Amino acid sequence: MISALQAVPYLSVLSGGLLIGLAALLLFAFNGRIAGVCGITFSLIKRHPSFSTTAWRWLFLVGLVAGTLLYHFLTSTPFPEPPNNSLPLLIAGGLLVGYGTSMGSGCTSGHGVCGIARFSTRSITATACFMLAGIVSLFIFKHLLGWSI
Amino acid sequence: MNQKVIALLAGLLFGAGLAASGMNDSNVVQGFLDVSGAWNPSLMFVMAAALMLTIPGFQYFLRRKPILAQSFKLPNLKNIDRQLVTGAIIFGVGWGLVGLCPGPAIAALGYLNWEGIVFVLAMLAGAKFRQLQVA
Repeated sequence: MISALQAVPYLSVLSGGLLIGLAALLLFAFNGRIAGVCGITFSLIKRHPSFSTTAWRWLFLVGLVAGTLLYHFLTSTPFPEPPNNSLPLLIAGGLLVGYGTSMGSGCTSGHGVCGIARFSTRSITATACFMLAGIVSLFIFKHLLGWSI
Repeated sequence: MNQKVIALLAGLLFGAGLAASGMNDSNVVQGFLDVSGAWNPSLMFVMAAALMLTIPGFQYFLRRKPILAQSFKLPNLKNIDRQLVTGAIIFGVGWGLVGLCPGPAIAALGYLNWEGIVFVLAMLAGAKFRQLQVA
């Protein structure tokens, strides 16, 4: 426990967290919008989205990808390793994440960062549920079943 | 400044924040969920730092109006229902399995590795399936 806490790269972790919070606050304070990445993304694949109402969503997502790349180039930080999962597990995981966040109306950003800040009981409940489910799922797949994930 | 500029700027900052904090690395995220293994508490501090800004900021603006928009676009649903809980649990299972949630999954597309691209395509398929189911 103590050594786990000592191993955290606090400068980058906390400044990264502040950047995420600032981004969510900007979108909320100026545009009145929730920075929920799944909501923003999945509304783009609904039937008949018009470009005039979806332009801001595309811009946010383009910024998301570009911001990540800019960080790596400006700080000369190497890209992280890709996930260790096999192809079927990657597909299964993606399907579960897409289906579940659609059904539960949000993910880590929408419920976790924005919803909690609104003191929304739905978001606080959802965050507790997906965190607990993630802990249990990883324990079962990695430790009980011994899968390489 | 208009809303499109804000959206792009927010995306840039969000993407930089995910990369800086290590949240684009599925191993760091799985390390947080791996409470019985080599636990990595990073994610907890990332969320705490983000909430340190969003809690006071959101509470301040909720009592006012958005600076550039007419009103806040907030979810209408208020009750905790089975969909919310079941959906969050399904999401959590996939999150534990791969270590990617939608934000980092999209942000990591720029790394151009096939694992991330396959994951995002499957994620979109899962969301589309849900949309067709409730349509």
